[in-house]
Amino acid sequence: MYTPKVLKHFRNPRNFGKMKNPDGTGKVGNIVCGDVMWLYIKVGKNKKGAEIVKDIKFETFGCVAAIATSSNVTDLAKGQTLKKAMNIGREQVAKTLGGLPPVKMHCSVLAVDALAEAIHDYLSKNKKPIPADLLKRHKRILKEKKIVEEKYKDWIGAEEVVQKKGK
Amino acid sequence: MKKVYLDYAATTPMDARVVKAMTPYFRDKFGNSVSLHSYGQEANIALTKSREKIARALSAKPEEIIFTGSATESNNLAIKGVILANKDKGRHVIVSSIEHHCVLNSAKWLAKQGYRVTYLPVDKTGLVSSAEVKKAIKKDTVLVSIMHANTEIGTIQPIEAIGQICRQKKVYFHTDAVQSFGKIPINVEKMKIDLLAASSHKMCGPKGTALLYKRQGVRLEPLFHGGGHESDLRPSTVNVPAIVGFAKAVEICHKEMTKEQKRLTSLRNKLIKGILKKIPDSHLNGNVKKRLSNNVNIRFEYVEGEAIIMELDSYGIAASTASACSSAKLEPSHVLLAIGLKPQEAHGSLRFSLGKWTTNKDIDYVLEVLPKVIKKLRKISPFKKQ
Repeated sequence: MYTPKVLKHFRNPRNFGKMKNPDGTGKVGNIVCGDVMWLYIKVGKNKKGAEIVKDIKFETFGCVAAIATSSNVTDLAKGQTLKKAMNIGREQVAKTLGGLPPVKMHCSVLAVDALAEAIHDYLSKNKKPIPADLLKRHKRILKEKKIVEEKYKDWIGAEEVVQKKGK
Repeated sequence: MKKVYLDYAATTPMDARVVKAMTPYFRDKFGNSVSLHSYGQEANIALTKSREKIARALSAKPEEIIFTGSATESNNLAIKGVILANKDKGRHVIVSSIEHHCVLNSAKWLAKQGYRVTYLPVDKTGLVSSAEVKKAIKKDTVLVSIMHANTEIGTIQPIEAIGQICRQKKVYFHTDAVQSFGKIPINVEKMKIDLLAASSHKMCGPKGTALLYKRQGVRLEPLFHGGGHESDLRPSTVNVPAIVGFAKAVEICHKEMTKEQKRLTSLRNKLIKGILKKIPDSHLNGNVKKRLSNNVNIRFEYVEGEAIIMELDSYGIAASTASACSSAKLEPSHVLLAIGLKPQEAHGSLRFSLGKWTTNKDIDYVLEVLPKVIKKLRKISPFKKQ
């Protein structure tokens, strides 16, 4: 069911763990649905002065595909300019893993969304201009989050308890 | 690499004695059990003897055993067949909320046809209350279907008490005994069971055969229509080799039951105690006492089941999970939700089911590997304790 590349990332995930004082954080997914990804970035500059993803880490609660796509997206984004990183698509994440089972494609969406959210977080915290595409995406992610919260509102309270206990 | 199979509730390897008993029926004694010639007679004798053996194990009469192709089929035949044959009795069916999908979806299908279905709740350990069954029975109730032992959490239901109530109220009682037959003694007379489903491949017999016990006098409408096999309740050329194997498996399980159940219970308890002791934030799902001797179902906080399964698989350990991510529909297990777990709690639940070839060393190996696996996944999880 999973490709060797997916299993490789799952068994030896890259760039996982918490980051101290990240420049941007992206939190997506919902524990009720079974996948939660937290992604942290540190922003630096390359020789040409463009802003790049200098360091990146993730923490994921989820299945094999969720962990593998998180790991892969951090690999793809590390060292890239913010502009390039925010344009990493779910197709690229899935393709570089040799494909994902159809029922798991949403994991690749979560992974790129987490990255986009982390970049959005960095830009908005530093009052930098946010590209229209990224802003649109941010709004869509928030909207989806709200829909899920509405759907599972009986259970969301419990999620907060788990998170507090876990943190 | 060491291989440890702990998914006997999914399916079992066949016992060598079963394979040996079946072998002549593939080539030498291949006849159709309804043919008149010697080939047919030979097959029919084997079928009759197998039926007698299995009936004896249930304290039933041979003519009360109908062979089918799977337990899913048996449960469908029992539920739909009884309802369709007893339209004059009423339009109400009662099932528990933790039945196997083949029972729940048969009930759902009936609801679509205009029947009323009551889904009985269970307590936190997965037990159905017989008092609730009594309360749920109405004037037009035709059938109550409560499984004997649960597939996921192994909880054993008070089916004798439920059977008594149903008999008093003149309502048919069906039980899905797929996980319990061969592990717990079943006496259909004493337990007042009208219909019972059991499967061969869960007890070291071959796949592709199962049975439906139907008490004499219970009206049943067949789902298939054909040429007279199995009293016309399940017409199809009879799978004689598989049934011979099924009967052998039943014979072995019943002969070895007392000893084997004692052995499994002790291994099960060792595994449960070991996990709860070695892994913080782990909890047992299900009932401590009223539990199948081979079932261990544990919930691990902060991690997801499919990831645990795949990680264990890389160590050669086979277990199972009912987490949402592992299911085609991405929904958490209805059984775990019914016992009151939150979806996020259901995600991190794992089932180990032990069986005939499970050894003490296997349990030691799991207790050595599992803590490492959980620790590793918790390191990746944002919800870990810091």
